[in-house]
Amino acid sequence: MALLEVNDLAVSFVTRNGVNKAVDGISFSVESGKITAIIGESGSGKSVACYSMLGLIPMPPGRIDGGTAVFEGRDLLQLSESELRKVRGRDVAMIFQDPMTCLNPFMTVGKQLMEPLIYHHKVSQAEARERALELLDEVGIREPESTIDNFPHQFSGGMRQRVMIAMALINEPKLLIADEPTTALDVTIQAQILHLIANLQTKRDIGVIFISHDLAVVADIADEIVVMQQGRIVEAGDREGIFSNASHPYTQKLLAAIPSDSKTPMAETPEPLIQVRNLCTWFSQGGKQPVVKAVNDVSFDIRRGEVLGLVGESGSGKSTIGRSLLRLVPVTSGEVSFDGTDVTALHGNALKDMRRRMQMIFQDPFASLNPRMTVFDTLAEPLLLHGIENRKTVTAGVLKLMDDVGLARAFVRKYPHEFSGGQRQRIAIGRALATRPEFIVADEPVSALDVTIQAQILDLMQELGREYGLTMLFVSHDLAVVRHLADRILVLYKGELVEEGTGEQLFEHPQEEYTRSLLSAIPGRALLA
Amino acid sequence: MTTQIISDIDEAEKGTSLWKDAWLRLRKNRLAVIGLVTLVFFIVIALITPWIAPYSYQAQNLDLGATPPSAAHWLGTDIFGRDMLTQIMYGGRISLAVGFVATAVALVIGITWGAIAGYAGGRVDAVMMRLVDILYALPFMIFIVLLMVVFGRNMLLLFLAIGAVEWLTMARIMRSQVQSLRQQEFVEAAVSLGLSPATIIRRHIVPNALGPIIVYTTLTIPSVMLLEAFLSFLGLGIQPPQTSWGLLISYGAETMEEFPWLLIFPGLALTLTLFSLNFLGDGLRDALDVRGSRD
Repeated sequence: MALLEVNDLAVSFVTRNGVNKAVDGISFSVESGKITAIIGESGSGKSVACYSMLGLIPMPPGRIDGGTAVFEGRDLLQLSESELRKVRGRDVAMIFQDPMTCLNPFMTVGKQLMEPLIYHHKVSQAEARERALELLDEVGIREPESTIDNFPHQFSGGMRQRVMIAMALINEPKLLIADEPTTALDVTIQAQILHLIANLQTKRDIGVIFISHDLAVVADIADEIVVMQQGRIVEAGDREGIFSNASHPYTQKLLAAIPSDSKTPMAETPEPLIQVRNLCTWFSQGGKQPVVKAVNDVSFDIRRGEVLGLVGESGSGKSTIGRSLLRLVPVTSGEVSFDGTDVTALHGNALKDMRRRMQMIFQDPFASLNPRMTVFDTLAEPLLLHGIENRKTVTAGVLKLMDDVGLARAFVRKYPHEFSGGQRQRIAIGRALATRPEFIVADEPVSALDVTIQAQILDLMQELGREYGLTMLFVSHDLAVVRHLADRILVLYKGELVEEGTGEQLFEHPQEEYTRSLLSAIPGRALLA
Repeated sequence: MTTQIISDIDEAEKGTSLWKDAWLRLRKNRLAVIGLVTLVFFIVIALITPWIAPYSYQAQNLDLGATPPSAAHWLGTDIFGRDMLTQIMYGGRISLAVGFVATAVALVIGITWGAIAGYAGGRVDAVMMRLVDILYALPFMIFIVLLMVVFGRNMLLLFLAIGAVEWLTMARIMRSQVQSLRQQEFVEAAVSLGLSPATIIRRHIVPNALGPIIVYTTLTIPSVMLLEAFLSFLGLGIQPPQTSWGLLISYGAETMEEFPWLLIFPGLALTLTLFSLNFLGDGLRDALDVRGSRD
């Protein structure tokens, strides 16, 4: 018998714009000892479905319209709040995307682990500590004896997620709900956490619901996969079935959106547009603390018309390199020459003119657009500033840009918050193109977007790159995306260049240990290749 | 400029700006709307007082003396036989003017100062904010008393003196706003477009920092009005024959056992205004806080 049997669950949110059916009659089941992955893009209702069963959505505006969710013979939807609380604490545990917000920063990790034991199970202080140490060891924290009395901020992101998992396991739950537990983590750490979850699930024989927006992430660990779109389940089945012969067009679209090919590098080798020599960007932390060498002695060329990929994990300095080239952060030493001019020495009007020639596309389209400016104002600003259009012709210029990035002209007077993430990124791309730049730094331009939108934006960028004859530095943590887009790839580790090569060279014959570990961490490689 | 230029795109849909969105939310907050209406009512009355006041401002009737509310004098008369309603209406003109003008002075200085300090950062910021700290540390009553003694008592000076004290907090709020906005990617994008710092502050930073500033403004106006009342009460603010609510309350307090209406009515006018501003400020805070109310 299934551990959790959800039948025809429907949840809606009542807002001032009407009733929004977040979950529209879904049925699925979770077995003990299996991992069920729920896959869907933002707004598909994947999280709402799980949270509503446990009474974790705010009501109102939330409302459960019907259905059952039978967990060990009891319908969770019929339980009172106090009964639900017992289920949540004991039988069902959750882990979330951002472990830092779920841990109390003022309590040591050990105390936070021991508290529920002492409170719920009435065990002694010493026993609780013993148990906490065992758990930390089980989730792969090295030397738990010496780290148990540390505070959450003393752990790295991956270690914090391990602590969260330990906390989730403390009451020996029968069902673990993991909501995007690896989305905030680097790709190598993600691989470790996925491995850990799969191991624990086998060892403890518990059921796991793994919520994710990314099919590739669950490719290696899921037993069953449920694909959701707009509150409905469009397809469900075992892993092999989904990956080898998905029948629903949406699932096929999701699979097709996972980039898996290498770009054929440019045939000729044109002269470099940008030459970076011994670039160092260090940040002082004030006082006697040592400087952070974000970028340390990095040299490379970007050839005219090529897309250069820059990959590395968080803290590798990859974004800082992009910002250094554009003079958005002060360069400590070294030379950046753009078409023969040393960018680091420019001031005043010369700098302003140089800024016109190089632009940036940012990671988060929700933060990179001024929320109080319409699309028109956002796009008109650079056009007028650099005298590309005058007051009379600026409308035509703005509309041309909107056409280029695929935004409907009718949206010209709308504000950023009225657009979806993908549309906003189109606006941001339009703004970057407005100055007719020769060079663009794209800093993780798709990592905040849903998978299918990612594919659209990447296509758009490639197309515009050709049309405008752009040279591009494409910064990303995602090797698969970079390989799909870039002519050459640089691998960065702790502020220094580790390896350089075409996508094919790196993927087939990685030279360095670090590159190999990055490659092996790409989720679902075996299934998707 | 925008509307004119793109009027030829006839199919363009009009977007909802965040300001409009906030207004829609504010409209649903009943207390805030009542506050706003009351406030507008008081302001309109103050503006047209010279034409609608039932009696002349100077009109005395010493024979009449202090009388309780009656058909001829709705709010009674004071010890000189002057009509209280007229007195309160003229007093309101002064009190509201002090409240709004002094706050406006504080706003202009505070926003400019805070925005520059926050955007420039580093040494400029340190020097500018230390100056604010020093001014904060001055005992402000002594400061105002000194000003009044040295320059004599006049209305303009009162505006400046109060404004000069209130801008300090405004500058601090603005600075912290700007500091967090400066880290935002859209400001970075503006830098990379080649905009000058002045344009970035004006177009990208100040409009986004205004929310908390507006809320704080609605809370500053009452505190400024109270300050004026307090100063007048001490005899340092408005001088007779001009009057203000603070002054009327001060006189009323002297005779409150015999003629309570001389205290109650001006007190009521001040209290109503302060309540209105506070409710409005509360409503604005909720309406402008996008995170809290994205339904």
